[in-house]
Amino acid sequence: MEQENNNNDIFDIVKKIDDNTWEVPKEYKPFMRVPGKIFVSENMLRSMERETIDQVANVSALPGIQKHSLAMPDAHLGYGFPIGGVAAFDSEEGVISPGGVGFDINCGVRLIRTNLHVDEVRPVISELIKNIFQEIPSGLGSKSRIRVNDNELDNVFLQGARWAVEQGYGVESDVEHCEGNGMIEGADPSQVSSKARKRGKPQLGTLGSGNHFLEIQYIDNVYDEKAAQAYGLEEGQVTFMVHCGSRGAGHQICTDHLRTLSQSVNKYGIQLPDKQLACAPTTSPEAQNYFKAMACAANYAWANRQIIMHWTREVFAKTFKTDIDSLEMDLVYDVAHNIAKLEEHIVDGTKKKLYVHRKGATRAFPPGHSEVPQQYRAIGQPVLLPGSMGTPSFVLHGTQQGMDTTFGSACHGSGRAMSRKKAKGAYKGEDVKRNLAAMGIHVEAMNPAVIAEEAPEVYKKSSDVVNVVHDSGIAQKVVRMVPMGVAKG
Amino acid sequence: MVSDTIPTKFEFLEHTADAKFKAYGTTLEEAFENVAMATMNVMIDTTPIKGLITKHVELESSSLDDLVVDWLSEILFLFEVEEIVFGNFKVESVSQQEDNKYKIVGEVAGEPIDPSTHKFNTHAKAVTYNGLQVTKENSYWVLQVTIDT
Repeated sequence: MEQENNNNDIFDIVKKIDDNTWEVPKEYKPFMRVPGKIFVSENMLRSMERETIDQVANVSALPGIQKHSLAMPDAHLGYGFPIGGVAAFDSEEGVISPGGVGFDINCGVRLIRTNLHVDEVRPVISELIKNIFQEIPSGLGSKSRIRVNDNELDNVFLQGARWAVEQGYGVESDVEHCEGNGMIEGADPSQVSSKARKRGKPQLGTLGSGNHFLEIQYIDNVYDEKAAQAYGLEEGQVTFMVHCGSRGAGHQICTDHLRTLSQSVNKYGIQLPDKQLACAPTTSPEAQNYFKAMACAANYAWANRQIIMHWTREVFAKTFKTDIDSLEMDLVYDVAHNIAKLEEHIVDGTKKKLYVHRKGATRAFPPGHSEVPQQYRAIGQPVLLPGSMGTPSFVLHGTQQGMDTTFGSACHGSGRAMSRKKAKGAYKGEDVKRNLAAMGIHVEAMNPAVIAEEAPEVYKKSSDVVNVVHDSGIAQKVVRMVPMGVAKG
Repeated sequence: MVSDTIPTKFEFLEHTADAKFKAYGTTLEEAFENVAMATMNVMIDTTPIKGLITKHVELESSSLDDLVVDWLSEILFLFEVEEIVFGNFKVESVSQQEDNKYKIVGEVAGEPIDPSTHKFNTHAKAVTYNGLQVTKENSYWVLQVTIDT
């Protein structure tokens, strides 16, 4: 359900570039250093909140911003940066901003294929989801099955997915199929507060709550045979998707460093239209210390998704009364969608090192890029675009055009269209669950209210979002997956 | 003369992705109590929560805005790490120090989290600076906060 916001004035602000691209002119606000660029259809723009446009404009006030302040097709109101916001800053003259990453550092998605066909899974879907819900700690206050000590936590912070694999949660090829090999360089656990450690320790290996989920899906549509083959995907195949992040560790790290950076803004003479955009010059100790701690949280999140995937593989094997290997549950890819990364991009014909902030946006690197796993390099990086509980998810591949226009970024999901408060008023969890069951989608959640808050209708249609991505050339559709069962946190 | 009545303890506002609210108080102390209550009510109706365990909180921040963020962040930290759901909030004082910093002294009380009786809605995960406002309107204080969920 699209919400009409009577935002006709949005069309007085933005300038149409083409059917799916709109510019927020630099003249819109006096503090803007570069124009904004929003990738949406006219219809989607009509339902966009004015404040989201303002947030795109606000980001362009940050020093050292390159080319444009970008908003992906799933953009909606965030705090500081919009959700779906992408901005790149010069590595020497720019800034690093925790608000451009968000509290759930390296919240992300991974997709795992199986050799199971939808017809084999359909009869046991309810049992499978129940088993997953039982084995994977989900929801607020859930207890992890593992406890790490301080030394182990340091290694999680430093090594990411590899730490988990070395502990027996998965195999070597899993690491190779994560963005950046499931690890970001430069992590320094000494920049992580004892509070963040206390929150992080008991939560490693938990899904969390809110929009985090574990979904079983099957591929019902293949758009690009060659790319699908490279990714090991085919029609009728069952896949599963894990969506979660760095849990309390990430939230505390963001809270701690946001506090420091908000106090250093004056010291560096930076003018901000929104305090949540607190930032510091890239080379300053404040920015670098945040980056070192952010890297710890990012690595924690990769380890977390790795552990959860491993336990899910075990549930599949147990449910199908076989071993993990015989179900060929290979990791297709794992992408971060709340992160800042030091990357090389071409700006005005010159190669530059930039801190690319992706807040509710994923990397989408093109064919031939050295950071795309060898196996996929001819095709481009797999881009994972999860839908909501009742709507399809998509796999796309990165393109050169995306590299040139969005710093190699695409959107991270469908994007909310309705607040949780409104959703709870409009839907009852039990009804939503029943309606989804009638569509063949089995849902398990801790509390029916969570199901209501995450009802399919509260999100933009994933197909609308993905079509804008595809038509604007940021990334190209490969396959579509439809949900069969969901475990919600 | 100033009136002693506030419109309500707190009220939720519209926000697409997160939880936004205004909390009121005739004194800063009362406003800080109500803003804490609003934060817990993002997650759960605190009416039936018993004050079985009490935690003393004492914090200093460089501004009133920061004090709001730090106070609520501390409560969310205690909620998550000590596994206590809080229902009672008592602020003894909010004061400006000689070094111009602001200080809060208070106590929060609640009961251990029990998943079988506590049915949580959205998890209040962190306190943002977005749209943060500490203002005095007429005779009462208004604290506006957006919580990351």
